[in-house]
Amino acid sequence: MAQALVRVYPLKSAVAKNFLLKPMKTLSMKNSLSALCALFTTAAYAVNDLPGGPAVNQLNFHPPVTQLALDQRLLHNGMMIACLLIFIAVFGVMFYSILKHRKSVGHQPANFHESVTVEIIWTIVPFVIVIIMGLAATKTLVYSKDTTNADLTIKATGYQWKWGYDYIKGEGEGLGFISTLDNSHRELSNSGLPKGTVIPDNYLLKVDNPLVVPVGKKIRIITTANDVIHSFAVPSFGIKQDAIPGFVRDTWFRTDKIGSYYGQCQELCGKEHAYMPIEVKVVSAADYTAWVALKQKEAAAKQDDPAKVWAMGDIMKRGEKVYASNCAACHQVSGKGAGPIKPLDGAAVVLDTDKTKQIKILLNGQNNGAMPSWKQLSDTDIAAVITYTKNNWSNKTGQLIQPSEVLAARK
Amino acid sequence: MSTTHDMAHAAHADHDSHGHDHHDHKPEGWRRWVYATNHKDIGTLYLLFAFTMLMIGGVLALLIRLELFQPGLQFVNPELFNQFTTMHGLIMVFGAIMPAFVGFANWMIPLQIGAADMAFARMNNFSFWLMIPAAITLVMSFFMPGGAPAAGWTLYAPLTLQMGPSMDAGIFAMHVLGASSIMGSINIVVTILNMRAPGMTMMKMPMFVWTWLITAYLLIAVMPVLAGAITMTLTDRHFGTTFFNPAGGGDPVMYQHIFWFFGHPEVYIMILPAFGIISHIVPAFSRKRLFGYASMVYATSSIAILSFIVWAHHMYTTGMPVTGQLFFMYATMLISVPTGVKVFNWVATMWKGSMTFETPMLFAVGFIFVFTMGGFTGLILSMAPIDLQMQDGYYVVAHFHYVLVAGSLYAMFAGYYYWVPKWTGVMYNETRGKIHFWWSLIAFNITFFPMHFLGLAGMPRRYADYPAQFTDFNQIATIGAFAFGLAQVYFFFFVVLPTMRGQGERAPQRPWEAAEGLEWEVPSPAPFHTFETPPKLDVTATKVIG
Repeated sequence: MAQALVRVYPLKSAVAKNFLLKPMKTLSMKNSLSALCALFTTAAYAVNDLPGGPAVNQLNFHPPVTQLALDQRLLHNGMMIACLLIFIAVFGVMFYSILKHRKSVGHQPANFHESVTVEIIWTIVPFVIVIIMGLAATKTLVYSKDTTNADLTIKATGYQWKWGYDYIKGEGEGLGFISTLDNSHRELSNSGLPKGTVIPDNYLLKVDNPLVVPVGKKIRIITTANDVIHSFAVPSFGIKQDAIPGFVRDTWFRTDKIGSYYGQCQELCGKEHAYMPIEVKVVSAADYTAWVALKQKEAAAKQDDPAKVWAMGDIMKRGEKVYASNCAACHQVSGKGAGPIKPLDGAAVVLDTDKTKQIKILLNGQNNGAMPSWKQLSDTDIAAVITYTKNNWSNKTGQLIQPSEVLAARK
Repeated sequence: MSTTHDMAHAAHADHDSHGHDHHDHKPEGWRRWVYATNHKDIGTLYLLFAFTMLMIGGVLALLIRLELFQPGLQFVNPELFNQFTTMHGLIMVFGAIMPAFVGFANWMIPLQIGAADMAFARMNNFSFWLMIPAAITLVMSFFMPGGAPAAGWTLYAPLTLQMGPSMDAGIFAMHVLGASSIMGSINIVVTILNMRAPGMTMMKMPMFVWTWLITAYLLIAVMPVLAGAITMTLTDRHFGTTFFNPAGGGDPVMYQHIFWFFGHPEVYIMILPAFGIISHIVPAFSRKRLFGYASMVYATSSIAILSFIVWAHHMYTTGMPVTGQLFFMYATMLISVPTGVKVFNWVATMWKGSMTFETPMLFAVGFIFVFTMGGFTGLILSMAPIDLQMQDGYYVVAHFHYVLVAGSLYAMFAGYYYWVPKWTGVMYNETRGKIHFWWSLIAFNITFFPMHFLGLAGMPRRYADYPAQFTDFNQIATIGAFAFGLAQVYFFFFVVLPTMRGQGERAPQRPWEAAEGLEWEVPSPAPFHTFETPPKLDVTATKVIG
C-alpha cells in the first residue's frame, strides 16, 4: 500500500516545483501586463459570426439545421413565453403591492391569512401547467432518443484531448482518423492574444480533420472514450452525448443543409478541455462519395509497413508532425514542458540509451495517466515521435527507433 | 426532554449557589472561543468562518473572471484554471453557504424555540472546530505537488483518478466537513425536537426552525452518501478497487448517480433555510401574518421528499434510457409546484400589507425576484430535450448562481440585517445597508445575466479560453463580478465591522415594529444566557407571558 502511494506520486516533484507561479511561466510578463491594461480599456476584437458556430454576441440557440434543434428552439420559445406570462402575473401583483400597500402611503395592513381555496388553486394551476410542459417535451425527447435505422454509423472516441472518428457502418465503412485542434490556435491561445492579434473567426474551433458526413442521411454517432469522460456536442444539430470510457452511448442527427457545424467538448476532461473542438462537415452525396474514395486511397498509401526500415531524415520529419499534433500542447514546441508537465529537452528518459524505456512510457502512460497512453498511434508514428524527441533541441542522442521496435514492445 | 431541563436547572443551581452572576460568567480571551459551548458564540464563529471562506472563494471566482475577461490565456494556464473552478465550487458550497446557515441555526434556533442552548453544547464546539483543519487542508492543497484538485467540484470519476495527491487531501477535507455537518444536524434535530419551550407545538414553530429541521434530516440522509462516493474514489486511487474505473469493470456513471443522490438534496440543503429566513422577514415588514403557514410547512416537506427522486436531471446527457429521462424530467418539473406555492405565499403575505423597506426587506424582495428568475431557468433546464443545448454550459452556471447567490446568499444578507440588532445590540447603518443591497443587486445581474446568453450560444463551462464571439458578454460578466466582490468587502468593513464593534444606534429589544417570535422577547443584545428556565408562552407561541 505504501509502495503504491509512492509509485503513483513521486513526491520528489516537490512543492517548489509546482508552486503557483510556475504554471504561469508559459505566459510572458509582458502579456500579463497588457492584459491587465486591457481590463481598463476594452479590447475590441474584429471577429465575425461563424456560420455553423457561434455568432458575435449571439442571444439564442444556434440556427437549427436539424428537426431536433428546431423542436428545441420551439420548445424553448414556448417555455420563454410561459415563463414570461407567469413572471408578469406574479411580479405584477408583487410590484403593484409594493407600490400601493406601503406604510409610507398610509396603507393599513389587512388581517387575512389561510385560505384553503386559494391554496388549492395555486397548487393545481401550476400542476396543470407543468403537465402541459412535460407533455410538450416528451415527444421531442422520445424523438431525440430514436437512433434506429441509421444510414451511417460513426464511432466518436474521446481522447485527452482530441476526437477519434471511426466509420463503422454505411458508406465509408472502415475509415478512421483522429481530429485535433489546429495547433496554431493552441499557440494563439498561449500567446494571450495581445492587442493587434488577428483572431480567426473559427478560433479554437478549427480542426485538422473534420468529421465528414453526407447531407440528408440519418447519421448515428456512437460515443465512447479512452481515458476520462468527454462529451460530443454540436449545438446546430441540438445533440450532446457524453463519451464514457468503457461504455458505449449513442445519438443521431440528420440535416438537409450543407456546411460546417462546430461544437466543443462539454464535459470537463482535464487541462486541455477547452481545446478539443468538433467540426462536422456536411457535404453532398457526390462529394461524400468522392471524399470516401480519396480517404480510402490515402489510407492505403499511408498504411505504413511496420517492417519498413526508416532513415533518420524521413523519420524526423514524420516525428515533427506527430509531435506537433499530439505532444506540443503539453510539452510545448520547445520541449520544455510547463508547470507540472515534464520537459523532454534534456530529460533522462529521453536521453537514456535503453530505448525501450521511452517506448514503454508512450505505450502505457505514466503518473497515473497524467501522461496518457498513446497506444492508439501507429507503430510508425510512435517510433517517429520518439526518434524526434531523442534528436531534437539539445537532445542529440543519434538514436533511431524503428517501427518494428515499437511493435515488439507492444507485445 | 424533562431530563435535559432538570440537568440544566441543576447546573444553574450549582452556579447560583456559588454566588456567581451567571450572565457574566463566561471564559475570557481566547478560551471563550476555543472552549466555546455557548450557542451564540459558536454561531458567531460559524458566521465569521463562512465569511472568510466566502472571501477566499470569491477571490478564486475573480481570478476565474480575470482569465475570462478576454479570449486567449493571459494569467493562468488551463490546469490552474481548472483548479480555480474546482476549489471555488468546493469552498463556496462546503465552506461558505453550508456553515453560514449552521451559524444562523446556532444563533437563532435556541432563541426562537425558547431553549437555553443547543442540545449538545460540546459536540457543537467540536463540529465547529473540526471545520478549521478541514478548511486549511482544502485550501492548502493548492501548494501540494501538482496543485489543487482540478476535476470540478462534482469530482467526477475517472478524472479524479488522474489527480495528484491533493485529491486525497480534498477527499479527507470533505470527509471531515461532512462529519461536522452531520454532527451539526443531529444537534439541530435534537434541539428542535426536545428543547422547545412548553406550548410550542410543532405546528407553532417558526418557519426558520421548520426549514432547518427538514434541512437537518436531509443532511443526515445524504452526507454519508457523499462520503461513500469519495471513499470509493479514494480506494480506486490507492487500494486497487475499480468502482469507477472502466479498465477494471467499473462504471464512471455510477459515480454520478451516487454523487447526485447526495448533490440534489444538497441543493435544497442550501436553499430551504433561506426560505425560512424570508418567511420571517416578509411578514415582519408587511406587518401582516404569513399567508399560509401550514402550506409553507407542507411545501417545504414536499420539496425535501421530491429532492430525493430528481437527481438524474444532472445527467441527461449521460445517455440514460428514454424512460429514465422521462421519469426524472417529470419529477423535476413537479418540484416547481411546491416552490411556486412558497413564492405565491410570500406575495400573498405582502398583498394588502403595510410595507416598509428597510434593508432586510429589500434583500427579501430582491431574493424573491431574483431567485424566481433562477427558478424559471431551472424549469427550462428540467426539460430534457432543451437541456441537450444547455447541459454543462454557461446557462447552467447562470442558473445555479441565480439560486445560490441571489437565493441563499441574499437570504443570509437579509437574515443578517434582520437579526444583527439582536446579536450585537446596535443597529446597522441603514444607508450603508441600502447601498450594499442596490450595489449587490445591480452587480450580481451584470455578472450573471449575460451568462444566460453565453449558455444559449453554446459556451461550455470550465473553459479557460473561448471562441472570440463570446468576448463581449464575458467582459461584462467580469466587470460585474469585480463590482460584486467589492460590494461584499464594503459590506464587511462598513456594515459588519461597525456592528461588531458596537458602533451605531442602540438597538431596542424590538427593533422591528411587527416582527414576531421569541427572539424579540429577550433584550438587545441577547444576553450570554437566555431562556435558562423554559418560558411560559402565549397561545400563538410567539410571546412570553411569564
